[in-house]
Amino acid sequence: MLLIACPWCGPRDEAEFHYGGQAHVAHPDDPAALSDEEWARYLFFRDNPKGLFAERWSHAAGCRRWFNAVRDTATNEIHAVYRVGEPRPVNS
Amino acid sequence: MSTQPYRREGVTGRVLRFRFDGRDLEGLAGDTLASALLAGGVRAVATSVRLGRPRGVYAAGCEEPNAVVQIEEPFPEPMLTATTVELYDGLVATGLAGRGRLADRPDPARYDAVHAHCDVLVVGAGPAGIAAARVAARAGARVILADERPEPGGSLLGTTETVDGGPGRAWAAAEVDALAALPETRVLRRTTVIGHYDDNYIVAVERRTNHLGAAAPPGVARERVWRIRAKRVVLATGGHERFVAFAGNDLPGVMLAGAARTYVNQYGVLPGRRAVVFTTNDTAYAAALDLADAGIEIAAVADVRREPGRMWAARCAERGIEVLTGHVVTAAKGEGEVTGAEIAPRTGGRAREVAADLLLVSGGWTPVVHLFSQAGGTLRYDEGLGAFTPGETRQAAEAAGFAAGVTTLRACLADGAEAGRRALAALGFGAPGVTVPVVEEEPAAAPAEHLWLVESGDYGTHFVDLQRDVTVAEVLRATGAGLTSVEHVKRYTTAGTAHDQGKTSGQLTGGVVAHALGVDVAALGTTTFRAPYTPVSFAALAGRDRGPLHDPVRTTPMHEWHVARGALFENVGQWKRPWYYPGLGEDPGEDMEDAVLRECAAVREGAGAMDASTLGKIDVVGPDAGVFLDRLYTNMMSTLKVGSIRYGVMCRPDGMVFDDGTAIRLADDHYLVTTTTGNAAAVLDWMEEWLQTEWPDLRVRCTSVTEQWATVALAGPRSREVLAALAPGLAVGKDDFPFMTWRDAEVAGIDARVCRISFSGELAYEINVSSWHGLALWEAVMASGEVTPYGTETMHVLRAEKGYPIVGQDTDGTVTPQDLGMEWIVSKKKADFVGRRSYARADTSRPDRRHLVGLLPEDPGVLLPEGAHLVSVSAAASVPSSVASAALPAVPPVLPVPALGFVTSSYRSAALGRTFALALVSGGRGRVGERLYAPVGDDLVPVTVTSHVLYDPEGARRDG
Ligand SMILES: [Zn+2]
Repeated sequence: MLLIACPWCGPRDEAEFHYGGQAHVAHPDDPAALSDEEWARYLFFRDNPKGLFAERWSHAAGCRRWFNAVRDTATNEIHAVYRVGEPRPVNS
Repeated sequence: MSTQPYRREGVTGRVLRFRFDGRDLEGLAGDTLASALLAGGVRAVATSVRLGRPRGVYAAGCEEPNAVVQIEEPFPEPMLTATTVELYDGLVATGLAGRGRLADRPDPARYDAVHAHCDVLVVGAGPAGIAAARVAARAGARVILADERPEPGGSLLGTTETVDGGPGRAWAAAEVDALAALPETRVLRRTTVIGHYDDNYIVAVERRTNHLGAAAPPGVARERVWRIRAKRVVLATGGHERFVAFAGNDLPGVMLAGAARTYVNQYGVLPGRRAVVFTTNDTAYAAALDLADAGIEIAAVADVRREPGRMWAARCAERGIEVLTGHVVTAAKGEGEVTGAEIAPRTGGRAREVAADLLLVSGGWTPVVHLFSQAGGTLRYDEGLGAFTPGETRQAAEAAGFAAGVTTLRACLADGAEAGRRALAALGFGAPGVTVPVVEEEPAAAPAEHLWLVESGDYGTHFVDLQRDVTVAEVLRATGAGLTSVEHVKRYTTAGTAHDQGKTSGQLTGGVVAHALGVDVAALGTTTFRAPYTPVSFAALAGRDRGPLHDPVRTTPMHEWHVARGALFENVGQWKRPWYYPGLGEDPGEDMEDAVLRECAAVREGAGAMDASTLGKIDVVGPDAGVFLDRLYTNMMSTLKVGSIRYGVMCRPDGMVFDDGTAIRLADDHYLVTTTTGNAAAVLDWMEEWLQTEWPDLRVRCTSVTEQWATVALAGPRSREVLAALAPGLAVGKDDFPFMTWRDAEVAGIDARVCRISFSGELAYEINVSSWHGLALWEAVMASGEVTPYGTETMHVLRAEKGYPIVGQDTDGTVTPQDLGMEWIVSKKKADFVGRRSYARADTSRPDRRHLVGLLPEDPGVLLPEGAHLVSVSAAASVPSSVASAALPAVPPVLPVPALGFVTSSYRSAALGRTFALALVSGGRGRVGERLYAPVGDDLVPVTVTSHVLYDPEGARRDG
């Protein structure tokens, strides 16, 4: 079980968190302006890297805040956590 | 005759009586079941799973591959190893053939869980573990020392080695007692660490009363699961001896050399009278000498090497023990148990048979790297050991002692202490001055030679995995079939998949595979190590989460009333909802069908009430609440007037229905929205996710108020007069209190919010009061004498008659509002809402999408099973003529039969006087009037497609 450092609460057991998939996939500002393919990319396409991956987590059984984490999918090591709206840290 | 003929002379203790395979036997306190069986002369303990061969005790710990037993009394427990079952008075056990039996009665014992944190967790209280723990503990670190055995000492328990001038076993006991007395140190005995997970999350199982049998105190949990988060972990897990593949190496009487040494030294048991020793390394000599000192005749030592350790050869010569260098045991001889060993020069030549009842074997020792590997550590091959040792790990963990490939006692003590010091340094503790225990200098060992199998023309009884009955012949069949990875060979042969997970056989299997393929053992690698390290009972993992504590049970304020009236309950999420109330009508013995028909008729003809308190309720508050709801619901919520109510549907961005409910506008900046019972938490999560991640600029707060309100749904043509009597101050006239509005009122003297909404098509109200007053309101409604209580089944029938879908029953995440025939709820005016763009996708406007339709079975008495598939006429024609069914057209079969859809809801209707169903059917709205078939068992049930609204399609009953 991972030990995840919530940016608001500090390190907590993974069981307190809810996984939210890839981070930085914003809902398009004007979906109507998108082609079917562009909309389908937003809906259905996600990265699946072996290595560093920016992903969303929610501290569901704690402060209930969403935040982002950069995790190495091969080792499960979390390299950075940062709050919603903050940019992905460089080098992570 | 002694009941313990193989007990070592002079060994005494408290006598314990037990029964094995129907035989009454005796052992001594401190015995395991295995040592007591050996003391009693029981050689064959179990039977092999596939070949039915007799098997004896092979090892002395959790690595035991053979002696698998079932405890029968005091409480049945399957698949335990006799080597880890501590003997107690009254134990009744039987040997197994690879498969146990679960208890046929509930386990009376309690199980529990503990969460703990520590600075340093040391796994294993052998020499290295104790050395690490004493260094860390003396510095004031919070230390947990866990060991699977009842007594600390690890390898010291089975040897005659000395530490600080005294017996190693006594040293270990004194050191661990001293550790246990420290305030920040916890010693967990009989505690097996079974899993090492990410970020040093450790799971261990502590066996607290198993060893007491029927004498276990009732107030103490039998087993406890420890969930430990450790800053540093020292894995001092020791090693397991492995054997060599030779003919008949599974006969009772063949035993690992180190195990025999342990039985002699720790348990005072002689595993035989006359032994042959077969070894590839020096360690078996110490065993041979200890056995000789205990009075066991050592008939010969066959050492595959030309050059054994010089000291050992000399000591054997002193005792007149014959050492045959460059020799191997080619076969264990005997029927049912060992009576001799066939020894031959390794390079070939004449074999000779030596009589013996015990054949000790040592193929070298394998470090226990399970935990290190489970947590993602890499392994590297150690040429000296012929086994894999820990490499790199990203955990704050390290192996120490033999687990790290360190071989001598002196070096293990030093290595453990160093590991303790490194842990302290990493945690910022100052290193304490701790004296290093004094150990006699040991002579350097001669190099081992890694012999995996004794070559032969017939590998049929050269076992590599004793528990799975896998022989070299089967490994060769696997490699002959082209398998070149140990993982594939494992799956093909099942080697390493038994309860012991290949502790004694894994490296041997790898060696044999490498031998067969002509490749390096190092390059071949190992199979993946996975938790648990040893088998764990489900009861331990469940802990207290059983029975009523398995999952939270949520009940409404009116629950006791329903229980008292004999309601049966339906689980909806964690909620208990009244399902129906049998026997409240004239027939006290009515069944479900009759009760539901009665309840339905009451609502359609008079008045009924349902406890609707479980509906999810969320307060949405803030100046942007209207804007927010506009973005989440497909229809417009911001234009809703204070005092009014609107039904709404919420979709995912892909346009599929996610939930539905009503929005009540309480004030300009305050809505109360309802959700389906099972989806309340998911909808709140959904709202918070959008607010936090996409629209943080919106000034809105969402709060669950589900438990704060109790709700009574009052429905039926007579509901107005019932409400009027209960709420004399409320103007209930059709125009005073129109459909889809709400009023604050006093109902039965209780402050209430009354909503005029209907989920049955009848005139109906939902009366909401503070949950404290829910029961009082319900009782007041019932006291009117005019109202029939109804449950969820009736609610489902009534709404289905009206074609109202239940999200999650009539939808499955692939259904749009348009598919449900609710085009009207999807706003054309709003610029955007979640899901809108998806309705312009080609896929959501396909004419063959599945639509919600009604179905009328042609036989009005036939109730379709929910989930039944639907096929069309031409498809039905493809069914063989042997299938009995209604008149089918004689069209040639077309295979395969395409499924057009399936039944989502199916009921008997009192109002319609017949059965009906709802279904999702491809192009369904274009098929109204068409005949389809539902294959049910061997029958094809003909049905007619209809509109999904089957009752009161004009909506004439809404206003009563
Ligand atoms: Zn938090």
